[in-house]
Amino acid sequence: MTEASRVSKYLYTFIVLFVIWLFLTASLDPQELLIGAIFSAIVALLTYDIFTTRGLANLHPRRVAYFIAYIPYFLWAMILANLDVAYRVLHPKRPINPGIVECRTELKNNVGKLALANSITLTPGTITLDVDGDKYFIHWIDVKDASVEGASENITKPFEKFLKVIFE
Amino acid sequence: MSVLAWIGEFLVLFGTIFYFLSTLGLIRMPDVYNRMQTATKSATLGSLGVIVGTGLWAVGKGLSIAWLTKAIVIGVFLLLTNPISAHALIRGAYKSGIPLWEGSVVDKYREHLEKKASEKKEVEEGEE
Repeated sequence: MTEASRVSKYLYTFIVLFVIWLFLTASLDPQELLIGAIFSAIVALLTYDIFTTRGLANLHPRRVAYFIAYIPYFLWAMILANLDVAYRVLHPKRPINPGIVECRTELKNNVGKLALANSITLTPGTITLDVDGDKYFIHWIDVKDASVEGASENITKPFEKFLKVIFE
Repeated sequence: MSVLAWIGEFLVLFGTIFYFLSTLGLIRMPDVYNRMQTATKSATLGSLGVIVGTGLWAVGKGLSIAWLTKAIVIGVFLLLTNPISAHALIRGAYKSGIPLWEGSVVDKYREHLEKKASEKKEVEEGEE
């Protein structure tokens, strides 16, 4: 992925900061908007170079649509994860079968890898231990398949189809 | 009482139940890795429930909408940062040599580290 121009990176940082400002003040008073725009412009000027590498390309409608579809999917996976944990904690025999497995990912982008690691940590029975290149080392509470392919099938595949569109 | 306040109360109750399960998991699980599993997941969902629930509850009681938007900002922040701290903790635990539970099945990470170490050694020997 080639790097975006400086103007596009700056504008993207500005938009993100301004949206956060809108949420924090929760007011549409022109005075608030003006001071928010000024502060966002200053902070964006200081940080745009480390904040993003792709600039406004992040706001492509297809990416935004997939991102919005990803939110309920992710929340549902998270609720399932918690019910699973609740079952394991409350069951008198404590049915766990832990181990560290290895997974491969197809994602190339660093932000995408971070999003995938976070998603893995919050979903059923898995927590990311280390990422090295395209290998993920994952502590799995109930190992069903210890091989690389099987583990990838079970853990990373369901998220990758969303994250590939959002971040690649 | 409006519907929003009811939903808020329900979410807060839902969150506290998961807080309780998270604490119980800390007591019942056998080693540090499995404890991280329960603590991270349940505490994150519990916090989300309580925080967003408080926002909805306050709006339903007739307070300003700012309660809800600030609660959402805090919730998103928590959702993004909590798994990273869990990842840092569990990696730190592994690196400082805390063993896995004796019931554990596989440890691919150790194999990976050993392979890396032996490759590095070969390179160094080749240089000499």
